[in-house]
Amino acid sequence: MAEKKITLEQVRHVARLARIDLYPDDEERLRTDMDQILSYVDKLGELDVNGIEPTVQVGESGAPMRSDEVTNSPNAEAMLANAPVRHRGYFKVPKIIE
Amino acid sequence: MSNEAYEAVIGLEVHTHLMTKSKLFCGCSTEFGRAPNENVCPVCMGMPGVLPVLNRRAVELAVRAGLAAHCEISPRSIFDRKSYFYPDLPKNYQISQYETPVCRGGYIEIQSGDGAPKKIRLVRIHIEEDAGKNIHEADASLVDFNRSCVPLIEIVSEPDIRSAAEASAYLHELRGILRYIEASDGRMEEGSFRCDVNVSVRKRGVSELGVKTEIKNLNSFRFVEKAIEYEVNRQIATLESGSRIAQETHLWDPVREETRPMRSKEFANDYRYFPEPDLPPLLIPPAMVEEIRRAMPELPSDRRARYIRDFGLSSYEAGVLTAERETADYFEGASVGLKNRRTAANWVMTEVLRIANETGQQISEALPSAREAGALLAMVEAQQISLNAAKTAFAAMIKSRKSAVETVAELGLAQVSDTVAIASACDKLLAAEPEKLAEYRAGRDKLFGFFVGQVMKAMGGKANPKVINEILKQKLAG
Repeated sequence: MAEKKITLEQVRHVARLARIDLYPDDEERLRTDMDQILSYVDKLGELDVNGIEPTVQVGESGAPMRSDEVTNSPNAEAMLANAPVRHRGYFKVPKIIE
Repeated sequence: MSNEAYEAVIGLEVHTHLMTKSKLFCGCSTEFGRAPNENVCPVCMGMPGVLPVLNRRAVELAVRAGLAAHCEISPRSIFDRKSYFYPDLPKNYQISQYETPVCRGGYIEIQSGDGAPKKIRLVRIHIEEDAGKNIHEADASLVDFNRSCVPLIEIVSEPDIRSAAEASAYLHELRGILRYIEASDGRMEEGSFRCDVNVSVRKRGVSELGVKTEIKNLNSFRFVEKAIEYEVNRQIATLESGSRIAQETHLWDPVREETRPMRSKEFANDYRYFPEPDLPPLLIPPAMVEEIRRAMPELPSDRRARYIRDFGLSSYEAGVLTAERETADYFEGASVGLKNRRTAANWVMTEVLRIANETGQQISEALPSAREAGALLAMVEAQQISLNAAKTAFAAMIKSRKSAVETVAELGLAQVSDTVAIASACDKLLAAEPEKLAEYRAGRDKLFGFFVGQVMKAMGGKANPKVINEILKQKLAG
């Protein structure tokens, strides 16, 4: 564990992408955790995968497809029922600043 | 500053809705213009535990687009998650395709400025889902998820475009193709056909690319052209003044007719694409491609060639008639029973397109059916009515929606070809104008037109001018 695989700046970047506020104490702890995870995953690098297609999923039967039919009927009320705030049939959210 | 010393390098990214009845991954309707949040369900709302199921028709239409644009169809492509946070994206990721698009390569052929054909190469066409729609109010934003999960294809061109005019030609050709193959309705104003533009400039003769800007918010062909012209001039002026171009995203402001940089996002694009674990790979075996190819409607370029070859139309005429599938279908429908296809070609290029333009409506909404137009034109060919009378009848048919036969009868537009009636009118006229007759016989040929006009007037304008000419010539000769 001598070599650091991830910097504090990268930890902050990932936290920002995930919209997570970190306390300064958390940052170093998370950095260590992430370092360990990456070291563990590095194990895979020991395998020779030359010429092998990446396996995205196991079982290559392909995505099942449905025919193009409308099977849901309008039910705005049911979908809006869980909205914390609503306004004239819309979900209302804090103003987005462009 | 000399603009001639620079050339523009332009690439376009077009997003278009696919014309499916249901959404890409669920059975909600894609109908436009419904009340907010009517066409939604747990899948397109991103509720926990739901699974997407791919719409076969969306895949078929994407492959059609790829075949029409000469792309290579990927036998195996995967879907990826593109992650970002925005209120219109309920799952916090968009299902898209990143490293393995469904179609690769290909090209769209346009006519460049000098009329020569030019191929605009494509990078890729991929399938993805649309996001919902935000409406920004003073104190809050409102979200409507009806559009969430509506199937889209994104068509990315290589930077082969060199001017605003070429960009416009490319978009028109692409939109025409997508409409012909029933993949897209091409409605820019409804947001079902959207375009982002990448623009850079470089000194002529230089091969490396300049720094590009991306322009968004272009919802009409005119805006695309204007925004490119504005941006190219701005970039040249910036470089000439010794400054550098910043790589940024601009928004087109249609009111001020300028592009302005968007406030740069907190941090640059970092979408963390990774394979969508909820969808197995999309497999499109050669047999499926062939099946889709067989079901493809005729492409505009094929129709153009057919009109020139089989109907003897000029390249220009064929181009006008095939620009929109609806126009071409109307032309063919109207010309079925005619002796000369050109009668219908001229009619469509003048009357039909003029009226459609003036009303701003689709041909099918604004005009009588192609069959009725054909019936009217058949009467012109048979000399039962004059071309002017046909125009009058057509205008009346637009309002009344009555048949051509009925309208011509009601308005009394039928031409009189009755030789006895016309001969009698000629005799009366010549008897009433002995001086003019003498002058004509003495060699004033110009008076012929006067006699024709007078007979036509006496016949209430309905006589067949060809018959008048023949009879008058005989009588004047004495």
